[in-house]
Amino acid sequence: MWRFILRRLMWMIPTLVIISIISFIIIQLPPGDYLASYIARLESRGSNVDQATIDSLRMRYGLDDPLIVQYFKWLGNILLHGNFGYSFEWRLPVSQLILERLPMTFMVATASLLFAWSVALPIGIFSAVKQYSLADYFFTVLGFLGLGIPNFMLALVFLYVSNRYFGLSVGGLFSPAYLNAPWGIHKILDLLSHLWIPVIIIGTAGTAGLIRITRANVLDELRKPYVETARSKGLHPMLLILKYPVRIALNPFISSIGFILPGMISGEVIVSIVLNLPTTGPLLYSALLSQDTYLAGAFVLMLAVLTVIGVLISDILLAWLDPRIRLS
Amino acid sequence: MTIEKAASTSTASTGQPEESPLRLMWYKFRAHRLAVWSLWIIVGLYLMAIFANFLAPFDPETRTGLPYSPPSWPTVMADDGFNWPPVVYGVTSTLDMKTFKRVYTVDTTRQYPVKLFVAGDQQSWFGLFASDRHLIGVESGGAFFLMGTDALGRDVFSRVIYGSRISLSIGLVGVSISLVLGVILGGISGYFGGAIDLVVQRLIEIIQCFPSIPLWMALAAALPHDWTTVQVYFGITVILSLVGWTDLARVVRGRFLSLREEDFVMAARLAGASEARIIGKHLLPSFASHIIASVTLSIPSMILAETSLSFLGIGLTPPALSWGVLLQTAQNVNTLAISPWLLLPGGMVIITVLAFNFLGDGLRDAADPFAKERLS
Repeated sequence: MWRFILRRLMWMIPTLVIISIISFIIIQLPPGDYLASYIARLESRGSNVDQATIDSLRMRYGLDDPLIVQYFKWLGNILLHGNFGYSFEWRLPVSQLILERLPMTFMVATASLLFAWSVALPIGIFSAVKQYSLADYFFTVLGFLGLGIPNFMLALVFLYVSNRYFGLSVGGLFSPAYLNAPWGIHKILDLLSHLWIPVIIIGTAGTAGLIRITRANVLDELRKPYVETARSKGLHPMLLILKYPVRIALNPFISSIGFILPGMISGEVIVSIVLNLPTTGPLLYSALLSQDTYLAGAFVLMLAVLTVIGVLISDILLAWLDPRIRLS
Repeated sequence: MTIEKAASTSTASTGQPEESPLRLMWYKFRAHRLAVWSLWIIVGLYLMAIFANFLAPFDPETRTGLPYSPPSWPTVMADDGFNWPPVVYGVTSTLDMKTFKRVYTVDTTRQYPVKLFVAGDQQSWFGLFASDRHLIGVESGGAFFLMGTDALGRDVFSRVIYGSRISLSIGLVGVSISLVLGVILGGISGYFGGAIDLVVQRLIEIIQCFPSIPLWMALAAALPHDWTTVQVYFGITVILSLVGWTDLARVVRGRFLSLREEDFVMAARLAGASEARIIGKHLLPSFASHIIASVTLSIPSMILAETSLSFLGIGLTPPALSWGVLLQTAQNVNTLAISPWLLLPGGMVIITVLAFNFLGDGLRDAADPFAKERLS
């Protein structure tokens, strides 16, 4: 098992390197460098930027170095000092901004994943056992609708319905009263009362896919002879299904974290922008619009790293469940 | 093995003589009712995009002077009785001086019959010739807004029809680019195997674990601001394809892996066929059907991605028209509260995405006509 984890960790290194290169490219992509747009912005506000300041800033960010050197400087600062650069828009270190927002993103994405699981598993099993029943068709249609409706549309409909019919303002993760309050039981309750909306919206798309997977897997297992044997032995049908086919069908379920988690994080970003949640989404969005490139690059980097770690965890879980994987 | 296959098919089909694989696929596809319906819907949607200037009652940029007018449908029950042709009423807008909201009142005395081939805005047909005829419409002054109007008083229904041109074509163009990349890289990976395979597979894994929307957002936001609509259109398509090719490459690789051990490949090789000939002449045709199915299934995600990016304002921007651009106007809660019909373009997105999903499902089942009924 440890050997498997070690091997898997080794594989992560090239992945992380490529992710860092892509993030760095994103920082470099916009025409001109960020300093130019920063200075242009300062000048448009009427403040005078003297050449000495510009030169010292250029020095500080090593803008005159070749790209390769810039990349290693950027990476070195992150790895050795936890320094992701400086956000020109917020006038704060990027690491501070990220630390504020990233845990929220992780929490919302995880909650959505748990929601998707807890909904998809029973429905998937039920649809398989009662194949071609009315309920099966109902959930199939619901599942396809979940796949077809863009996340942000669902968020907009939620906004509209709650505004129009309940007079509520959905959005955000906290009530204004708790926004700056210290963490406590009341704040957590307040958070939960807001959290369910984004969780349902983000979770729906993943749920639809998971129901299909679970249903197909359980169906495959149900046709196998051992089920017949167990049935003829007189095992209680409920116990039989939960004890054997479901257990085997769970395997692909866990491996699917690998491709569902990136989707959840993607969905979280776009839904957060619509619902204005205090997660990475809106900040990444504004950073991209204002070409606050260090902040944007760091966000893309951290979101990707988060996903890689999530996939790693799912792989380890899978290997722990299924000895065939860790021994191959 | 070939004999077995042939024998099983001739018995499986109802005693008929040998059928060509294409016919068998067609039979199998036709059995999937939802897929056949979806095919017709998709054909209809693309026809709508082609004949937009004839089908749309208005030019998409025409300002009718009636901003945020709610949808108004023609009725056959005017004047307390059945009436033909159906009519729409005129509307007058007044400003409520208390709330400063625009209030529309229907004026039943002004009736405009809905006519076919009515004269309206002058439209150019792909720059070839111009015509002012529209399939249906009313004479100017009537509020014939099937999906209401937007902030500038432009007819949302007409804009949806015109928007389909970009929204529907971006999926096809994007998938074509993905397909080229996917077939080349997946083919190389599957056919040659070894170290190349390993590198390509790792690359695919890395790309797939990137959360796509943040990546797309970052790349799309980096497109130069002075690009023309056409340049942005292709820029966005390329960005979407950068991620989209991975799934297709996986399918192609899987097929190559299973097919390269087949006897007919060995036979071709022994007969002295070149690698290029084996791939082009023998391998590609034998899994073309699977590729078509996978391609169909990857179109909806392209359409959704373009819609999301344009919705956020970092994809296509006005004056370009796509469903995502239209939805951008619905981003604000307050706007949405007074004019919920601005969400209707989203309905088109959902219909299109679902239709492509069902069609792809049907094609996937039909792609392998010899396979037994799928369990799921």
